[in-house]
Amino acid sequence: MHEYSIVSALIEQCEQHALANQATHITRVDIKIGVMSGVEPALLHTAFDTFKQDSICHNAQLNMQIQPLVILCNDCQIESILSERTIICPACQSYRTRVLDGEEMLLMQLEMEQDGD
Amino acid sequence: MCKDCGCSLTRHDHLGEHTHHNDHSHAHGHSHTHEHQELHTNPQLNDKKTLSVIHKILDKNDVEAGHNRAHFEAHNITAFNIMSSPGSGKTTLLEQLKEYTQLNYAVIEGDLETSRDADRLIAKGIKAYQIQTGSACHLDAFMVHGALHHLPLEGLDICFIENVGNLVCPASYDVGTHKNIVLLSVPEGDDKIEKYPVMFRRADVVLVTKCDLLPHFDFKMDEARAQLKKLNPDIQLLEVSIKDGDSMRAVAHWLKDNMRGTQ
Repeated sequence: MHEYSIVSALIEQCEQHALANQATHITRVDIKIGVMSGVEPALLHTAFDTFKQDSICHNAQLNMQIQPLVILCNDCQIESILSERTIICPACQSYRTRVLDGEEMLLMQLEMEQDGD
Repeated sequence: MCKDCGCSLTRHDHLGEHTHHNDHSHAHGHSHTHEHQELHTNPQLNDKKTLSVIHKILDKNDVEAGHNRAHFEAHNITAFNIMSSPGSGKTTLLEQLKEYTQLNYAVIEGDLETSRDADRLIAKGIKAYQIQTGSACHLDAFMVHGALHHLPLEGLDICFIENVGNLVCPASYDVGTHKNIVLLSVPEGDDKIEKYPVMFRRADVVLVTKCDLLPHFDFKMDEARAQLKKLNPDIQLLEVSIKDGDSMRAVAHWLKDNMRGTQ
């Protein structure tokens, strides 16, 4: 259950971005979670809803984009999106591939508000 | 100076204020790819603003991990992160390894409670420091940084970080090591590779431990190798038993071949 630590890091980042931009509320947090990032999206959601209460994100909606594995084959040069958790090229069965996406956890976008007064 | 602990290495904050140090000379072993687009605020408008960031969620940990790596490199130390389930033989391997390698090593131990593992190693004459994580299921770069200040690094070739026994959470955290060693013991079964793909994808070597128990369990080594190849085709799987000196020498060999600057 490291999702709580990840959410703490996420909310801390949100607070720093809000501060840097003189925002008083964050209304939307968009994140991208790779299927091979080692995070369970449902647990991340629960953790966010718990931790956001006392933070600048307390009214924020969390949007999670689940990123499948994307690989580029070094042999046939075909880029593939995989549904299985392997890194084998589905086009030519080569093991010589490079993972392009699907292993990271990224904060993508924030929607923020300023108090008018 | 590192502002948290006063140690002599520089650090970099990527969020908020950007501070630049003149003595920045070390290279971090990882790359940062993020963009900042400052929001153009207009105090007249009470609008919602959208800020595109693209920022690693664990960036702060990764920066600290780079700082730890710089610590190791300043002392010419190679650091290995050892990960596995609880009870797969991490501490036992480190206790026995001493007999098979000339390399001088110390161990940072991570457990929820007790200093039993560090005590076991110290009893064998191995330098060790115990981190008690309380309820945390993994070590992060900050905990390791704290421990580094309690461990004399002079004269060491290797620092092992023995992570909390767990095949899930530690995989997400860079703690500032150079390579990951993942253990899988025979009684756990060959299917763990397929069940915990992220951990085995992150491995730089997999040690199948307790191989002296192979006759008593249905562990299929071919299946383990096949599953590992699907996730991580280029890495070695070593069959290890502390009762088999040759297998321990193979581990010592792998370590020697994977010291920084030897590849």
